[in-house]
Amino acid sequence: MAYNDWEPVIGLEIHAQLLTASKMFSSDSAAFGGADNEFTHPVTLGLPGALPVVNEKAIDFSMRAGLALNCQIRNRSVFARKNYFYPDLPKGYQISQFDAPLCEKGFVEYFLNGEIKKVSIERAHMEEDAGKSTHFADYTLINLNRAGVPLLEIVSGPDMRSPAEAAEYARMVRRILRYLEVCDGNLEEGSMRCDCNVSVRRKGETKLGTKVELKNINSFRFVEKAIEYEIQRQIDAIESGEKIVQETRLWDTAKNRTFSMRSKEEAHDYRYFPDPDLLPIEVGFDWLEKIKKELPELPLAKARRFQDQFGLPAYDSFVLTQEKALAEYFEQTAKVCGNAKAASNWVMVELLRELNEQKLLVQDSPISSQRLGELILLIENKTISGKMAKDVFLEMLKNPKSAQEIVNEKGMSQITDEGAIVKIIQEVLDKNVSAVAEYRSGKNKLFGFFVGQVMKASRGQANPDLVNKILLEKLK
Amino acid sequence: MEDIYFTTITSLRDRIRRGDIKAREVIEKYLGRAQKLNQRLNAFISLNQEGALAQADKIDQMVASGKDPGPLAGVPMAIKDMLCTRGLKTTAASRILYNYVPPYSATVVERLEAAGAITLGKANQDEFAMGSSSENSFFGVVKNPWDENYVPGGSSGGTAAAVAAGMSVAGIGTDTGGSIRQPAHFCGVVGVKPTYGRVSRYGIIAFASSLDQAGPMTRTIKDSAEMMEVICGWDKMDATTAKVQVPKWSTQLSSNLKGIKIGLPKEYYSSAFAPDTQKVIDQALAVVREAGAQIVEVSIPLTEFGVPIYYLVAASEASSNLARYDGVRFGHRADFSKKPAEDLAEFYSRSRGEGFGTEVKRRIMLGTYALSSGYYDAYYRKACQVRRLLRDQFKKVFTECDALLTPVASTPAFKIGERIADPLQMYMNDIYTTSTNLVGIPGLSVPGGMSSEGLPIGVQITAAHFCEEKMLNVGFAIEQALGIWKKVPNGL
Repeated sequence: MAYNDWEPVIGLEIHAQLLTASKMFSSDSAAFGGADNEFTHPVTLGLPGALPVVNEKAIDFSMRAGLALNCQIRNRSVFARKNYFYPDLPKGYQISQFDAPLCEKGFVEYFLNGEIKKVSIERAHMEEDAGKSTHFADYTLINLNRAGVPLLEIVSGPDMRSPAEAAEYARMVRRILRYLEVCDGNLEEGSMRCDCNVSVRRKGETKLGTKVELKNINSFRFVEKAIEYEIQRQIDAIESGEKIVQETRLWDTAKNRTFSMRSKEEAHDYRYFPDPDLLPIEVGFDWLEKIKKELPELPLAKARRFQDQFGLPAYDSFVLTQEKALAEYFEQTAKVCGNAKAASNWVMVELLRELNEQKLLVQDSPISSQRLGELILLIENKTISGKMAKDVFLEMLKNPKSAQEIVNEKGMSQITDEGAIVKIIQEVLDKNVSAVAEYRSGKNKLFGFFVGQVMKASRGQANPDLVNKILLEKLK
Repeated sequence: MEDIYFTTITSLRDRIRRGDIKAREVIEKYLGRAQKLNQRLNAFISLNQEGALAQADKIDQMVASGKDPGPLAGVPMAIKDMLCTRGLKTTAASRILYNYVPPYSATVVERLEAAGAITLGKANQDEFAMGSSSENSFFGVVKNPWDENYVPGGSSGGTAAAVAAGMSVAGIGTDTGGSIRQPAHFCGVVGVKPTYGRVSRYGIIAFASSLDQAGPMTRTIKDSAEMMEVICGWDKMDATTAKVQVPKWSTQLSSNLKGIKIGLPKEYYSSAFAPDTQKVIDQALAVVREAGAQIVEVSIPLTEFGVPIYYLVAASEASSNLARYDGVRFGHRADFSKKPAEDLAEFYSRSRGEGFGTEVKRRIMLGTYALSSGYYDAYYRKACQVRRLLRDQFKKVFTECDALLTPVASTPAFKIGERIADPLQMYMNDIYTTSTNLVGIPGLSVPGGMSSEGLPIGVQITAAHFCEEKMLNVGFAIEQALGIWKKVPNGL
């Protein structure tokens, strides 16, 4: 998308709910769902006298994410109170981090249109989630189950220049968090939320324009659409002489547009100060090393390794590393069959098509990586042809037996005995005397017809290479 | 029968444990006396009529069946209304919580009850512990049992008055800038603020989180030590409690102060005290010298900044801590049935405007201002910086001596209404007590004498972090030598 002489500037604030069993500062369950206001310990409710105690797992998870985002981990970070009144914020302040966040100064690399791009991470800080308000005509209901669930807020630099870049960066962050198993990245349920800061400026301008924050975006597709809409809105506004107001706008999925959430909001003074109920988080060498050692291979590193180790094209290796489970499936398949390229093709084409159709996760695939690897192995050692393999694959979806067993049961194994093939070919040629004559008189196109007849006569089991070779000789 | 009213924890619990007297009888009598005297003194906001008797019966059953009823068996306690008590109204003496019944108890209350203590009732105080006179209560002014025209001090004035008047054997106060020690001084009882981090704040309504600390108010030092052994110690529900061992203070008390160095900070002694206060201090110094202590002069140059730092830090934290009283989930909500709120801001401002008293509002505004952008650096941040320097100066002082001996306040109790119109004069009343909280060290007030008007005067002892035993020994020496604690108010 071109914007003539305008340049969009985009930064993202990603809120990731951490997959801890309990909340950030209480023993309440942090699970999604539950009956209304079921997870409401005195700490969650902000009852008089209740005090927060930090959940160490939440710090572990945040450090894991911080390291994966190439951040520096502060050896001393501080919880601060962000003070504001809202009915779903029980204490009248949110425990967050302000001038001493746990993670800062990192970057994320992602892949878009054949190139690697890089976005800086300004900070990733810990905070607690608020409750959920549901507004009705003349009343509002509040559910505090979500209040106190640990969040990691990942703040990017204003480094993205197109909606596609923003969406792809967000997908990469999600992928990383899922690899780390610290966040399930479900935008629809809100376990991951993307707020987008968007501004535009004239190309060549170095000063940033007035930014608008977009909220309420619950899919990556909408990240792209909302930013796209907002860029155009801002360009149109400036070109028609209006000024952009710093504000929060919500994305309206139904109407495909953003609208202003509150106008009186400017210059909110949150009166941040260190929370006196919590001690600073001190991260020593041993703790940091322990978390570093536990880090898995991350998506981009894995993709690069797939290219180096298996000689896969860049695109294939990025597709295969989108989910850790898929990458593991591929590697296992490749190991069993010994041909990574073939494994990659089978996984990306046949397997993913089936899984998408049946809406299954790779973890729930009806064909295990072991079974798929064995199937590919049967092609490799010429027991069956690639075409036959596709039939076996379809059978394997319903049938838990191994590829070899299915081939045996159906008598599908390939005929590689030259004598047998010669015999079949001779029968075909005998039945088609006139076609043979035509071929010999120069109608080369008929070669395919003979191949087809031979394969048909062998019920598809004749080895195609041998059929080609012997036919050519016989038709000379 | 021995008098059960002006008795000590140790004596009463021994009698109950031996079966000489039933806990039920004790509690019935105390409930009766508390109810009667409360009409004059207003020391309690509510009495735990049924709950206390049920607890007493449990103690009696344990005694009867030979089970250990705990070190505080059957001892009635006046619990300041800042501490949450499950099923029992807890108000912080504020209209905004006038009807609030907590679903859980503070760790301190849990520990006391597990040790056999009986929650007799909830003691009156200044609203949200903000005040030095117990005049700022939605439930009315507390009177000093020694002379009902005088204030009992504050903010733990109800607890102090209840113990002094024999309405309870002991009690719990909270001390953010002197709120245990000053009323103990005004009412002639012992009040101890342990080191910050000794006592869990879980379930104690927060005023200023980095300063608040609960502690015992008793007739004797030994009684305070007994209670501290029960309430002190790490709590998984309070991240600021220290994992430091809790000594058996009550068995280690000694009035022999040989080898102890007692410091007199010259800044505390630079201006004149009231003549009666001076006399009490001189007498206490004579006692500790006699007990073998060495007296040295020390210096804490930042002393004059103690009160201003305190009021910035405490008000800032309070402005945030009190944000949860918003009329949404509990407590007072303005009546919107006739005139609905225009917006959320009005919903909050009407509920909070009606619910909080003048002094609380003053401090919320002060704290909000000090934390506001543009003022934060000049006020809150600066106060925190000076607070750190003050802590350094105290650390240095405690390399030169073991304990400090000072007045608690420059005068004995003042008259009701005398200072209420002048907040600054009221704040300066805290001049000798606030540094203790800012630095986090322990402090106590022990009765040291009487004024010419017959009002008690206490002596303040402070010591280094977690060195309560030295502080308690100095207090014990004064108590044992002077015996002021045995005096009781007339006509009660």
